[in-house]
Order: sequence, then C-alpha cells, then structure tokens
Amino acid sequence: MKGPIKEIEERKLSMNRRAFLGKSCLGIGTAALGSLLGCQPGDLDNNNPATNAMLKGVIDNLHLAPKAKRIIYLFQSGGPSQFELFENKPLLNKLRGTELPSEIRNGQRLTGMSSGQDSFPLVGSPFGFNKYGQSGTEFSDLLPHTSKIADEICVIKSMHTEAINHDPAITFFQTGSQQPGRPSMGSWLSYGLGSMNENLPTFTVLLSRGTGRKFGQPLYSRLWGNGFLHSLHQGVQFRAAKDPVLYLKDPQGINSMSRRKMIDKIASLNEMQLRKFGDPEISSRISQYEMAYKMQTSVPDIMNVENEPDHIYKMYGPESMKPGTFAANALLARRLAEKGVRFIQLYHMGWDHHFNLPLAVKNQAKDVDQASAALVMDLKQRGMLEDTLVIWGGEFGRTNYSQGTLTDKDFGRDHHPRCFTIWMAGGGIKPGISYGETDEYGYNIIKDPVHVHDFQATLLHQLGIDHEKFTYKYQGRRFRLTDVSGHVVKGILS
Amino acid sequence: MVEIVRSYMVKYVAIFLLALILIGACVNDKSLIDQDCIISSQFASIPEAIDFNFHVRPILSDKCFKCHGPDKSKVESGLSFATEEEAFKALQSDLSKHAIVPGDTLNSMLVKRIKSTDGSFMMPPPGSYLALSDYEKKVLIKWIDQGAQWKKHWSFIPLNEVVDVPEVEGEVSNEIDNFILSKLEEQSLEFSNPASKNYLIRRISFDLTGLPPSIKDIEHYVNSSSPSSIEDLVDKYLSSISYAENMTSQWLDVARYADTHGYQDDLERIMWPWRDWVIHAFNSNMRYDDFVSLQLSGDLLPNATKEQIIATAFNRNHKITQEGGVIPEEYRVEYVADRTLTFGKAFLGLSMECARCHDHKYDPVSQEDYFSLFAFFNNVPEKGLISEYGGIPEPYIKLTKKEIDEQLTFINNLDTLEEIPLMIMKDQNKVRKTYILNRGEYDKPTREVFAKPPSSLNSFAAYKPNRKGLSDWLFDRSNPLTSRVIVNRLWQICFGNGIVATADDFGNQGALPTHPELLDFLAVKFMDDGWDIKKMLKFIIMSKTYQQTSRTTPEFIEWDPENRFFARAPRLRLSAEKIIDHMLATSELLVETVGGPSVKPFQPEGLWQETTGGGGGSTAKYVKDKGDKQYRRSLYTFWKRTVPPPGMLTFDAVTRDFCMVKREVTSTPLQALIMMNNPRMIEASRNLAYIAFESKDDLESQIVYMFYKATSRLPNEEERNILTKFFKEEKERFTINDEDAKALIDIGDLKQRDMASDAITDADVAALTMVANAIFNLDESITRS
Repeated sequence: MKGPIKEIEERKLSMNRRAFLGKSCLGIGTAALGSLLGCQPGDLDNNNPATNAMLKGVIDNLHLAPKAKRIIYLFQSGGPSQFELFENKPLLNKLRGTELPSEIRNGQRLTGMSSGQDSFPLVGSPFGFNKYGQSGTEFSDLLPHTSKIADEICVIKSMHTEAINHDPAITFFQTGSQQPGRPSMGSWLSYGLGSMNENLPTFTVLLSRGTGRKFGQPLYSRLWGNGFLHSLHQGVQFRAAKDPVLYLKDPQGINSMSRRKMIDKIASLNEMQLRKFGDPEISSRISQYEMAYKMQTSVPDIMNVENEPDHIYKMYGPESMKPGTFAANALLARRLAEKGVRFIQLYHMGWDHHFNLPLAVKNQAKDVDQASAALVMDLKQRGMLEDTLVIWGGEFGRTNYSQGTLTDKDFGRDHHPRCFTIWMAGGGIKPGISYGETDEYGYNIIKDPVHVHDFQATLLHQLGIDHEKFTYKYQGRRFRLTDVSGHVVKGILS
Repeated sequence: MVEIVRSYMVKYVAIFLLALILIGACVNDKSLIDQDCIISSQFASIPEAIDFNFHVRPILSDKCFKCHGPDKSKVESGLSFATEEEAFKALQSDLSKHAIVPGDTLNSMLVKRIKSTDGSFMMPPPGSYLALSDYEKKVLIKWIDQGAQWKKHWSFIPLNEVVDVPEVEGEVSNEIDNFILSKLEEQSLEFSNPASKNYLIRRISFDLTGLPPSIKDIEHYVNSSSPSSIEDLVDKYLSSISYAENMTSQWLDVARYADTHGYQDDLERIMWPWRDWVIHAFNSNMRYDDFVSLQLSGDLLPNATKEQIIATAFNRNHKITQEGGVIPEEYRVEYVADRTLTFGKAFLGLSMECARCHDHKYDPVSQEDYFSLFAFFNNVPEKGLISEYGGIPEPYIKLTKKEIDEQLTFINNLDTLEEIPLMIMKDQNKVRKTYILNRGEYDKPTREVFAKPPSSLNSFAAYKPNRKGLSDWLFDRSNPLTSRVIVNRLWQICFGNGIVATADDFGNQGALPTHPELLDFLAVKFMDDGWDIKKMLKFIIMSKTYQQTSRTTPEFIEWDPENRFFARAPRLRLSAEKIIDHMLATSELLVETVGGPSVKPFQPEGLWQETTGGGGGSTAKYVKDKGDKQYRRSLYTFWKRTVPPPGMLTFDAVTRDFCMVKREVTSTPLQALIMMNNPRMIEASRNLAYIAFESKDDLESQIVYMFYKATSRLPNEEERNILTKFFKEEKERFTINDEDAKALIDIGDLKQRDMASDAITDADVAALTMVANAIFNLDESITRS
C-alpha cells in the first residue's frame, strides 16, 4: 500500500542521491567496485575510458570472438558414477564378479580405501540403457529427462583428472591446482571480463544437498575463493536462508526508508571528509554504500520466484518450489543468467557412493535429472542457450570394480580419475554428440582424452579468452587457470 | 584501493611514471598488471644513467628470463641472462658473436633481435605472448651503449653496513627523515605538515595496539605541554598487552594459524597454546632472532624446555588431511613443502615454490637449492594422513594443568583442562633421505640432496645441517635478507606499504626498494639494537615522516598515487580484525581476557552446516558462544579454514591456507552490508548509545560523545546538525512504531539496560542506536588517517 506521499518522498530521496553522485555512477572510487558490481553500458562515462575498461574487466579486447557470455555450472560433487548414468558397458555385466584384469588396471594408483582389497570384482550397471534422439546418445534409465535433451547436449566420455581424492580433485577442477590457494574459475572470469549487471555480483554460488548419500563430502568456500586475486572477485553465495546474501537484510526495526536516510547522512558526512583529505578511497566508500543499497532490492527480487508461471515449475519439477533444492537452484540460475550474472555455480552434494550405490545413485539422479534438463530447455526457449554455456559433471568418475563386498543387491565404487563423463550444452558447443571413448571395461580412455586443463581451456575459449594469454602475475610468476598445460578441445565446438 | 590506483595510473601515467623513473623503479607490485607498465613506459623519459638493478634487470627478468633465465632446463639456444658470465659469453650458434657487447650496440645481437620485426628473428618471439615496449628497448640499448655494467640482484648484495646519512635542509627528527626528505628535496618538495595531535594519537594507537585510543588518552596527550608527550604515549602503548595481541594477530597470517586441519572435513585442532606463546613473546619484547629461532628449532636446543618446544608448533600450523583414501606420502610431501614455502616467504622474502618443479625462472634458486632447503623440514616423524578420525597428528606433546599452572603461565587454560595436546616439531633419529623430486611429485625421486640453504646467499659452511643450523645461518650477520625483510614489514605496519612494496617477494620479480639506502640503514640498526622490535617501531613512529598529516590534494595524489615517496601519511582502512575490535572497544563491550581457546562469536546461521559432509565431526555445526566469549578481540575468533568467518574475508582477511605477509585492501558493497546489518555492529551501536545516555545529559552532548569515541575527534557544527537531524527523524519514526524500536534494541544477547531517567524511552534508545551505527559506518571510523 503505497500512498502518494510516500511515493513523492521516495522520489525526492532518489533525486538527492543522484544529485549527490553526479550524473555518472562512476565516481573515481566506483572503479574499485567495477568487477563486483559494474555499471551497465548505458551508464558508462565516455570521458573516462580507463575507468570503463576497468568495469569491463582487465581484458580490453577479447582474444577471440566469444561464443558464450555466461556460464552455468551444475557441479555434481562427490564423483557421479559414469556406469550407472552414461557409460553402457555390457561386458561388465557379463564378467560380473570376475577379477579386473591387471593389464587393464595397468599400475593405476588406487585410493587408500580400496588399494588394500584382495579382490577387484567387476560390476556392471543394474540399470538399463537406451539410445535417444537423432544422435542416438545413450543414457541409463536413471536419466529420463536428460535423455530427452540428447540432441541438445554434448556428452564427453573421456574426461580424466590427476587427483584421486575429493579435496584435491574438486579444487583442481575449480582452480586448476590440486592444492588450495589459486583463484576459482568464476573469480578468473570476474577479473578478466568484469560485470554485466550493476546490481548483482558477477560470480554467484548456490549449494544444495543430495538425497543419495546423507553423510558425504563437504564443500569448501575456497572453491569460490579469489585466491591471489582481489577479494572483490570472490564468489558470492546465494542462500535459501533469511538472508539470501550474508548481511543483506536490514535488521529488524529498520525499514528501507530509514536505511535510505542513513545512507544519505553517511554520504554527506563522508563527503566532508573527502573535501578535507582528498583521498579517493572516500568516494569509493560512498559508492559502496549506494551499491549495497541497490543490492538490497535487486537480490530479493531475483530470489522471489513467486511470479514464475506454473508451467515453469512443472518443467523444473515439484522440488523447484522448495527453496534450497537443486531444482530450485537451477531455476534461480536461469533468473540470475537473465539478469546478466556471468558465472553461476551450483554445487549438488552427495555423489560419493563407495557403498550402497544402487539406491544412492538412483536418488541422487532423481534430485537433478529433471531440473538440469529443464534448465537447458528453458534457456533455449528464451533464446539464451546459444550464449550460455551449461556444464554438468563432477570431479572424477568411479571404478568399474566393486569397493567392498559385491553382493546380489549391493555394491560400491571407488574413485576413478582415469575416465569419467560430463556433459555440456549451449555456448557454441556442438549439440547432439558423444565425444571420446573408453575401452569396453570402462577403465581406460581409448579415444580423444580430455584433461581438466583442456576442459578449462575450452571454457575460456568459448568466452573469447585464450587461456595462455590470460595470466595474472603474482609473486613473480604469471599464473593461469590452466597452469602450464591445456588444449582447446576443438572436436566439441560447433 | 589498488584498483583505484590503476585507474589513476592510466590517467596520470606520464607524471607518475616520470616520478617513478626518477627513483628508478617501475612499480612491480602484483596489483599492477603488466599492461600498466607497458602503457606507462611509453610516456616515460629514459634515465640519464642506466642502472642494471633498477632499470635493466626488471626488463630482462620480466620479458627474457622465461627462456633465458636461471632455469637451466629451459635455456634456449644456450643463452642465459641469469649471471654475468653467461650473459656475456659467445653465442652457441656462432662463437664469433655475442648477445651483449659492452659499449657496442651495433655488434650486440640482443639489440638486433629486439629491434627486429621479423617474426622468426625478433625477441621476444611472437609465440611467447611477451613484448618489449619502446621504452624497454631504449633502456636495454642505452645500457649496452653505456658499457653494460652488471650487478648482482640488489637484495642478494650484502647489507651496506656504513650507509651515509644524506644531508638535508629541512628539519628532521631522526635519520629516517634524512633519507625520505633528501629524495623530496631533490624535487624541491618538503614534508607535509605534522598531523594534528588527535589524529596522530589515533594513528599510533591503531598501529601499535589495534584499538582506538580512549578519550582519556587523547585529552591527556593533546593537552600535555611536555615535549616528550608523544614519546610517552608510544612507550605506554608498546608496554600494553594490546600491543602484543595486535602483533600476534598479524603473525597469525605469517604462521598460517588456524583452529582446524584445513582439508576435507576440516576437523578441529588445538594450536592456541602456541598462539598464547606468541602473545607472551611479543609482550616480553623477545628479540626477533630468538623469537624466530625458537619457532624454527626450539626443540633442538640442548635440554629444550617445554616453552621452547611449544614455540616450534609454528611449523605444524600447516594443513593436514584426514580424507580417507589419500596416499599418505603424497600429503606428507605437501606438509614439508608448506614449511619450506613458509620459511622462504616469511624470513627470506623469497618465493621458493617455483623451484619445486624446476629451477626458478627468475631467481637464483635451483631445484637442488629448493630440495636442499626442503631437507631441513623433511625429518619429522609424522604421517601424511590422520588415520583415526579426529585424532591428533604426530608428533605432539601433552601440556598438563600442573605445568601450565607452574611454568607455562602464559597459557590461558580457561577451561581448566587437565591436559592439552599440542603438535610440535621433532626430528627423527634416523635422518630421512631427501631427493630431488621430478616436477615436485612425491613419487618421482631422482638424486639425493642434503640440508643446505640456497647457495646464492651467505655461506652455510660453519653450520650444522639441521634446523638449528638453519636458524643460526638465518641470523648470521652476513645474511643479506633476514633483517631487510623484517624491517620492511615493520615499516609496512606503519605505512601500509613497505619500502619494498612486495613484502613477500624480494626476488627479481618483486618491487625494487624506493629507498634502498634507508632500508639498509634500518636493517643494520635493527641488528645493532639487538633485533629489538619495539625499539624499531618506536624509531619509525618518532620520525617526522610518520608524523605527517594524511591530508592531501588531488594534485599530490596524481603526482604519487601510491605514496612511494612517503611525502604524506597514508590513510589506511583498518583490517578486518581492527574494525571489529574497534566496534567492541568503542562501545566498551570488549572483554580484555588474553589468550585461551578460540571463541565463536555470532556468525550467520548454517554456514558450517551447508558445506559439511554431514559426518557430524567437531566442526559440523557452528555453535555460537554465550556471554563474554562473544566480545573478545578478533584474533581469538575460531578459524575454520574451509569456511573462515565470512565477514573477515570480505574485509580482506586471508584464508590461512598458506603463509601470507601482506593483505590486499579492497572495497566492495558487501563491506557496507556488514557494517550496517551485522547484529554485532547493531549490538555495539546500542551499547555505545547506552554509554552516551549514562555519561551525558543532552542530545547534542550525547552525539558529540559517541562521535568523539568512534573517530577520536570532535564533530563540527555541520556534522552535529546532520546527526541530530537523523536522531530526530528516527525518533519520530520509532515513537510512531514502538514495535520497531523494541525490535531494534532486542538485537544481540546484550541485556537491555534500564535508563536512569524515565524520560529515556525505547524510541530514544533505538534512535540513538541508529546514530551510533551511522557513526560507526563513516569512512573515518574504519580508517586511521
């Protein structure tokens, strides 16, 4: 219930604010905010190309013509089993219970969890497989929705990594290094490309917990950390909590009008200090408060999904109405993408199935299948799929042999870094193909291997960045997301 | 901040660069991306006399070393510019030719190559993504033309023990001023005016104690007519326990201290007794050489005491994994590598880790040097994996309650535990062999090496090949780095930036000292004075240089945006810890208990639970402490490495994954949200309002009092009016909406106070709380000027 008086009052406040900041939103200090909250192109001050460059990120001219503007990364934490989802290996069912041949294992190091086993009994998928779409891509029965978008996605079956344990493997995927300390992918992009929206962070993170394995693998905030880049490139977690962004909400007893007044008072007082000390940091502080105020409205707007029509909820599945689920986060990811957030990272926990795999993987797949497919189709129907790169996958795969005892109904699979499957869609990636092959045991790659650094190089390539040129000098060394290796996987580009 | 500097840099590049060139440095701070140097040098004039260290080596290092540097495995065409001998020798491809012929640019192949535009001949080659600017080419050519004089890298040259203190015309307080002022006078400039006394007191208070000065202190010293009043104040602060806590807070970054193990489930560890020892050491002004030697090798002293052994926990602060399934040796190697990295960065100012995989590309540290240093830390009887969930990694000692009560009284055994386990350093009897690991990988040993520090530094011949020998070598007077590195960091405490801006990199790729003679003068003095930290800090603070005002003009900022000339005092935003401590101290909520187990003040709910695997370990859920523990100084805040306190990270705290010796300062809207909306801030604002009501009778005095406490100065009339108006507006709102008033003052655990006078309503308290919060949110409140 907005009375006319309140409206006038609000307009007055907003005019004051504008008069105060001048016609441009780019006070000198604003530059510092560029990468977290850049101004929209229309707001750029043509007289200050240096500042504009800043807001665009450090890369002035993209190295290549970009195919994608943004990334939505649906990270499946814990290491989903390729055998129960994507890799149809009838031989494993045929040889069920027999020993993994040593010439196939070929000296591969194992984790400490199964290296002590006397026996490595092969085990195939208890779930059926079929071919889908014109492409004839194979999916298991656990992915009824993903299989419907077979012709939209590119399934890479020949991913491989260097790490065999979760912490180093997931850190490797997100930062290019197994040991903590490097910037995460989203931070690199924030640093390199800057922002596309003045009211929202450039790099957002959404977490959800799977139903497959209750006691699974943790996450670490370093996975969206800025490493040695400035902290303004940190990923900002959006949460299904009272405060979608930490400390976003006005405390109880304070409303937006009084907040507005307080910010104006702070600004006038800071302005006096600026005149006295001449320190541009003070004008940065003034802008900081303006941006914070804007975020207080723009973030709840994004989180408020009530205005989404019913058919959209239907598309993403019933879970999408429950905040904090993977499905709800997938829907939120689309909304963030629409508003120009550059890198949206989802983490879905619970894929680490060392035991009780048949049941766990089924539940886990159910958590994500429908919403992942819906996201791709939703982006497509809005014309956004072509410049949005969607990625689905975990940090490594799982072994073709059973960890622990293999029984009629139950088995587990240990970590397997030598081959695993992920999929990608949109953003200039060739749709409707399978890329790479593994041997009939599903143990070794026999065609077109894709290393984690190749994957990262390809991501950057799609955004118009040459991964070898995109470096940050820290302690005397030029660091890259891809460290010292990586080749763009040309075979998956459309 | 740095971002701003960048935009300035581009805009005012000509002036700035000119200035820098005069002092001979192209700023090589990591904050400035390469491009800036390239752009900027287009505007620069070429120096009259080319100096190898200040002009030439940075170019060689940055643009040529990748293929022609110290990494022997990557040397192209047999040509290296790593040493004088190699750079001047005949070319492998044609023994009649040389890359550099001193004084003869026509016959120097280097000149031909860098001038060429032929892709197959030019240097650097197009595929390297490196390019020389015109300025850089001209410098290299002029250097050869002037005779190509070679020098060892500046920081590896032994300290100049007899630095001439330059004569200056202006007034000075001590020798620091001579060095700083002489550079200014060369440009017909002088010091800025002295800071007004209350700003100066605030500055000293935050720099030394990490806390704001009390009003009592301000008034006492402002009104004092004694010529030694500032000196007395410095002495007072240096002798306070707050000083020790403040120094410790910064040492925790260096020591990568945390209360958890840091990988995967990230369970709790107990290392705080070591932190209490650090407080004790700073408090008793332990000599820096002893302070470091004990931490490196206290266990190897003859009949080492428990205290000396506790100090060595420093080298067990690294992360340790308990992730089932890892290969223990792979991780054990990581721990040793972490200690090696920490040693290099913290004490030598060198980034050693590049040399783990190959010879260092920029610094004279070979892979053999790296693993020889690694060998000192490779002899611990430890395991790579914590095999028992929640177990304590070997080696550790147990501190009994009796020992703590009787001898180790610096440990605050608040919870009166009977026994406290603490990880410490120890050497096993049978020396573990160390090998060069190919590409640094644990399973690729090649040649055996023996404990020895890098050979390009002072001789190790007289010392034992163990950690004790290493610390003795570190504090050998002929070590060119140790003293320079630490005085630079003490300077950084007082000026935000060191004399070498890259406090973590004194190598070829690091920044050059802006005042090399001053750095040597301080380094020598520090040793002569017995490595006395308090004395050095006092010496710096008593200089005119330190005591200048931070007021400046846009022209001045254009001239020297980064304040590399130290011609004014910097305005520095307070660190994450100082901001919280300031809120607590100013509102008189601060509980001054020293040491003890880490505490868990408010943080938003669910942060640990959201990311935990769900195994229910010791750090699965954050349970906020009650009572006093919420109001302790922030160095005592529990540090979970994989989910550090979010508000502190937003204010640029580091994650404690690795040793860090300098923090960045950034500015983001998330900081404003924390300042305005964090319940801890609201609670502190409310308490400040209570105090104001209790101390002063009328509104104006109450506002003035709060402002004074938070900013250390009295507000002027305009400022008073703005805040008074805000109070009235808010009071009107709260009077109409009494529930809002009640809701606001209900935030936090702090009990609501009955105001002495019935005339003070909830609306009054709420409105004054808002004013207090606004004051805390001022830029001035979280800055020391």
